[in-house]
Amino acid sequence: MPTDAKRPLQLNDQGQLRHFLSLDGLPRELLTEILDTADSFLEVGARAVKKVPLLRGKTVCNVFFENSTRTRTTFELAAQRLSADVITLNVSTSSTSKGETLFDTLRNLEAMAADMFVVRHADSGAAHFIAEHVCPDVAIINGGDGRHAHPTQGMLDMLTIRRHKGSFENLSVAIVGDILHSRVARSNMLALRTLGCPDIRVIGPKTLIPVGVEQYGVKVYTDLAEGLKGVDVIIMLRLQRERMQGGLLPSEGEFYKLYGLSTQRMALAKPDAIVMHPGPINRGVEIESAVADGAQSVILNQVTYGIAVRMAVLSMAMSGQAAQRQLNQEAEELN
Amino acid sequence: MRTHILGARLIDPASGHDQVTDLFLEGGKVSAIGQAPAGFHADKTLDAKGLVAAPGLVDLSVALREPGYSRKGTIASETLAAVSGGVTSLCCPPLTRPALDTPAVAELILDRAQEAGHAKVFPIGALTKGLAGEQLSELVALRDVGCVAFGNGLASFASNRVQRRALEYAATFDLTVVFHSLDASLAEGGLAHEGATASFLGLAGIPESAETVALARDLLLVEQSGVRAHFSQITSARAAEMIAQAQARGLPVTADVAMYQLILTDEALMDFSSLYHVQPPLRTRADRDGLREAVKSGVISAIASHHQPHEPDAKLAPFGATEPGISSVELLLPLAMTLMQDGLLDLPTLLARLTAGPARALRLPAGRLAVGAPADLVLFDPEASTLAGETWKSKGDNCPFIGHCLPGRVRYTLVDGRTIFQA
Repeated sequence: MPTDAKRPLQLNDQGQLRHFLSLDGLPRELLTEILDTADSFLEVGARAVKKVPLLRGKTVCNVFFENSTRTRTTFELAAQRLSADVITLNVSTSSTSKGETLFDTLRNLEAMAADMFVVRHADSGAAHFIAEHVCPDVAIINGGDGRHAHPTQGMLDMLTIRRHKGSFENLSVAIVGDILHSRVARSNMLALRTLGCPDIRVIGPKTLIPVGVEQYGVKVYTDLAEGLKGVDVIIMLRLQRERMQGGLLPSEGEFYKLYGLSTQRMALAKPDAIVMHPGPINRGVEIESAVADGAQSVILNQVTYGIAVRMAVLSMAMSGQAAQRQLNQEAEELN
Repeated sequence: MRTHILGARLIDPASGHDQVTDLFLEGGKVSAIGQAPAGFHADKTLDAKGLVAAPGLVDLSVALREPGYSRKGTIASETLAAVSGGVTSLCCPPLTRPALDTPAVAELILDRAQEAGHAKVFPIGALTKGLAGEQLSELVALRDVGCVAFGNGLASFASNRVQRRALEYAATFDLTVVFHSLDASLAEGGLAHEGATASFLGLAGIPESAETVALARDLLLVEQSGVRAHFSQITSARAAEMIAQAQARGLPVTADVAMYQLILTDEALMDFSSLYHVQPPLRTRADRDGLREAVKSGVISAIASHHQPHEPDAKLAPFGATEPGISSVELLLPLAMTLMQDGLLDLPTLLARLTAGPARALRLPAGRLAVGAPADLVLFDPEASTLAGETWKSKGDNCPFIGHCLPGRVRYTLVDGRTIFQA
């Protein structure tokens, strides 16, 4: 069920990336192309002059309606490394607090002639809304919308897995914690499935597992020990404190006792299993310090890979938009 | 005005008519069926060969938006939309500003409806003041000015005790209470049916139990108070089963379903289109099928449009930030005819759910085409089709069916013998 043909919004007439809103409906070849492109950008970060001229003369506007430091910074860095001009707007404290609608805010930004918006918003579907209603010629990159999607995080997680495990075909991957509220978990489940991962597990108490999640092609475990048995990859999720007030969990302590990743529990996974986390981590709530800082942790690598993945997505979407403009122009001339 | 309707297939489920015949209207009433009354000279003859003549449709929920929300719709615009869909009698919910909790508001609505001169309007009064669920409205005073039933919309009561008292008070005067069974705490923050689609889209879910838990409580209180109850906007198959069980136990319980719930499912939300944002939410395919069966069996005796027009801005935002509701009254008949097209119902049964069924549920003087009854009728062509949106009367075009080709086409709508709409 969760593959919907209504995502060509993201692709141009030649099947190239034009917006990047969700991993739903994107073909395996495209995801692999993103990973390959990101791989090729990794070396840019190691250069003395960390820049390539792909987006020279273009303006990328980061519009964050919701606070974020890590995602915003890595998008800024990615755009700068592609030589784009970058503006970052924290809209949650300006326009919307004056009563301006999202639609109006975006129309105003559009009038400033940006070529690309990176949008983070608390409402699921916000990036789709913007791509559909506001900017026909401007590429929209979803920097996280509500509980729905965080596709660049999903792809940086895939790059991390591929670089450490080689491929997805024989892997067991466990995603642990608050699946219900996690856009990262949703994006990861879709990406893993598309890329051919045969064993995707989600682990958490029933209160944090979305109804019908099995339809993603994942197995649900409520027992951490059982779910971690023999896995190659463990993706821990961040737990928000408000889950306690909402009656979803009794306490952080009990959550850690039942679902926290300790050295002892790591032993249930394969000996070479890697540990991932989208950050920022809550030590002693989701994960033990010894695990977060241990040899199997790739949490900091994820951050590095995140810049390369975002460079890949920004450059591919910009090029897909340019190709579409060209196609539209040719069609107009023919008419 | 004397009108002769020539050669229509008259289908009136309330009186069991289904025959090709002539109708004679005089003085706003049906004066004869089949043979012209002695001395009848028509001022106007409508050639209705090939058309179906049925009682004007009775819609139990059409939000007219006035007073308070005239940017979304006005009594004039929405009653015009109604007659263009074949609806001659409609009930408007009390969700106005101020709420329909005083005779003054009810009178304002009735006056404006009369002034507009389109469909007949039967207001549903607010069961509690301001729909706040705390203090009872003056139900008898509201009845005396024309409110036909009382409800609290989707708003909850301050306590079960207040609800119980409200039902007992209504029962004292044999008033009908309209329920929208929804447990507010279970539904809190929800935007879509709690299921795979909502999970996939990251939309907070409204579980089926938000409806069924509240319905179980409401049915127990109906039984205890003895009030006449109409359950509106049922959305789940389980709720339909519970209504059937209550009816089997002899409780005075009727139910309606929103037309769009019989067509759409929560899968429609997959591209985040705000046009599918409704409350209570679209549910699963199994629920839709269960509701269809309940309509077929008559457990749900009324199909209503639950028409909710909006101004464009109300839907121009990410899904969760938009206002719920679909504008659909003018498509009620063509949408309903899709059920016939799908083989669920024959035309007489379908018309029963659109005319006699709703009229009986709220004891309205409508939904019947017998000699002496008001000449409120619709003439439609069951073989023609309607391109939804081709002509649009409602102020709200928040309708996901616009652009679809639907079966059946309303040709004439008559209210009290006057042709109010002609296509």
